[in-house]
Amino acid sequence: MSGPPFVFLLLFFVAPSVIMVLASFRYPGEFGGLAPLFADTQTLHGLTVETYEFFFSDIIYGYVFLKSIFVALATTLICLLLAYPLALLIARSPKKSRDLMVLLVVLPFASNFLVRVYAWMIILGPQAAFSQAVNGVLALFGMEPVHLLFSPFAVLVGMVYVHLPFMVLPLYTNLEKHDPALLDAAQDLGANVWHRFWRVTFPLSLPGIFSGSALVFIPVLGMFAIPDILGGTGDMLIGNLIKEQFLGTRDWPFGSTLSIMLTVTVLLIVWLTTRLAGRGRHYA
Amino acid sequence: MARLELRNVTRRFGDFVAVDDVSLSIESGEFFTLLGPSGCGKTTILRMIAGFDLPDAGQILLDGQDLADTPAEKRPVHTVFQNYALFPHLTVAENIAFPLRMARRPESEQRSMLNEMLEQVHLVDKAAAYPHELSGGQKQRVALARGLVNRPRLLLLDEPLGALDAKLREEMQVDLINLQRDVGITFVFVTHAQVEALALSHRIAVMNAGRVEQLDEPSKLYSAPQNRFVADFIGQINQLEAQVVEAAHGHLRLAVAGLGEIVAPPLAEAKAGDKGVYAIRPEQVRIGIHDEVSELKNHFSGEVKSLLYQGDVTVYRVGLANGAMLEALLPNSASGRAQLFEAGDAVKLGWRHDAGMFLHD
Ligand SMILES: Nc1ncnc2c1ncn2[C@@H]1O[C@H](COP(=O)(O)OP(=O)(O)OP(=O)(O)O)[C@@H](O)[C@H]1O
Ligand SMILES: [Mg+2]
Repeated sequence: MSGPPFVFLLLFFVAPSVIMVLASFRYPGEFGGLAPLFADTQTLHGLTVETYEFFFSDIIYGYVFLKSIFVALATTLICLLLAYPLALLIARSPKKSRDLMVLLVVLPFASNFLVRVYAWMIILGPQAAFSQAVNGVLALFGMEPVHLLFSPFAVLVGMVYVHLPFMVLPLYTNLEKHDPALLDAAQDLGANVWHRFWRVTFPLSLPGIFSGSALVFIPVLGMFAIPDILGGTGDMLIGNLIKEQFLGTRDWPFGSTLSIMLTVTVLLIVWLTTRLAGRGRHYA
Repeated sequence: MARLELRNVTRRFGDFVAVDDVSLSIESGEFFTLLGPSGCGKTTILRMIAGFDLPDAGQILLDGQDLADTPAEKRPVHTVFQNYALFPHLTVAENIAFPLRMARRPESEQRSMLNEMLEQVHLVDKAAAYPHELSGGQKQRVALARGLVNRPRLLLLDEPLGALDAKLREEMQVDLINLQRDVGITFVFVTHAQVEALALSHRIAVMNAGRVEQLDEPSKLYSAPQNRFVADFIGQINQLEAQVVEAAHGHLRLAVAGLGEIVAPPLAEAKAGDKGVYAIRPEQVRIGIHDEVSELKNHFSGEVKSLLYQGDVTVYRVGLANGAMLEALLPNSASGRAQLFEAGDAVKLGWRHDAGMFLHD
């Protein structure tokens, strides 16, 4: 690798990571920030692995990580299930209407992210028609009413809603390129609708599925705004934890440690999936 | 019973009639070709036979059974598509085995049929390769093998050689003839290349604007075209405006523009006053300077205006004294020279009276 991509990677990925790694071995400053490396006073200074010991000594952090990974996986899966039929529909529509449909998919980006998440607070709120309808149905079956807002359900809804376009677009881009003659050929050779999908369309769309999943999974794993707004107080994910270190307890070194752990987790998962995905996919 | 029969098949797209009342019958084991210019409805006919499209009127029968209610995936008819349509995510072996899997044949049978097919198309050592790793000719053979392996009752081929270069095309033509003979499966072949059609087919249907103009054996199509379109489309032919003067039992007397009165072979449906063309193939026109040409029934004097050297043959364009322009073709094999005449040479043209023919407008 060389040239512009290398410079880009260096500037926007390697440099911040190095800064983070360095920060994670420092002591926290008295009022936030980092403690000095060299000082002749009694206050803490120099380098330490204290934050890492701290991270691995308490099971709670591993739990938050696992929970966050689970939420990210669930969000990715739901997005995939919702986006695939939609992307397929757009890709198989007449050329003229495709652009309009893609525009509709990205239209939510035209309004502010926070506004859209707050809108879900209203939709899921106890007075809203949606909540009342859900509870009405539950009452029919003699079940207790549920509180939709400030629940893991609300977080999942928000996550899925915000990230759905990131799944639809790469899927659509992939499906749109499929040669329709392949489906004709499959049908000609005896494949029914089911086999045409599972033996032709689906395997050919795997690259789209992988890039869409990465585009959803990675941001969801670090997301803090949506759990903050829709999740209530009990629902902490990695993102919230990291944000808390920098803005709440002002422990920058520990925040950096958590960020590094997050980055390592993401890289590990990406590496694993590309290894799995790379098997048997030799075609362009 | 015919393997495939089309009965008055018509297909319209809006007001446009793409296939116009086509009837034809194809025998089992036949190599049958649909030949015609671009847009004449060849692909549309194939798509209706395969089941991707339905006729607006008429019937398609396979071994006497109407196919109207049989979806494409259930028809024992396979297609070789023009751009092969190989599955890019499957290997050569997986591509070829695809129809076997869809037909749910037992594993062991699948394997033996696959191996037999791989050998037949000389792709054994490419079995594990992916389509993008193959040459054009190899892709072509995979597509053929995939279409043939499950022994369909009919194999449809839509310009399968169109994407290959001239040399490879010729090679594949030979392979195709041999393969068809070996497997004994009925082929319906589509092309707009008349040379290919003549070389490959048992019978050819020449199509124009959705209709079948003539259905015959290759040699018949060439030597006895039934109308101007067929004469024009198959090979080169000289055409001169002509009118029937007398239609007798044994011959036709024609008034031909630029030649005067000429005797031609008889034609059942011709009568005095009919207008059309007098047509003669360039290789039937003898060209010379000596009197041997003058001994022929039809002979004329002229001057070589231009010539087209083509390697094996040379085409001479000769202007006759009375105004007509005729092409004569001479093989270059006899003489050691590249050409026998130069532009400007005075020559004599002549041909047997049964060499030319009258064609209605
Ligand atoms: N789905 C369709 N809608 C409208 N017109 C069509 C459709 N399919 C084919 N046609 C028209 O029908 C005519 C015959 O098309 P077809 O594809 O059968 O021609 P072809 O003989 O195969 O030509 P080529 O040699 O170029 O492949 C063409 O004029 C084409 O424009
Ligand atoms: Mg065609």
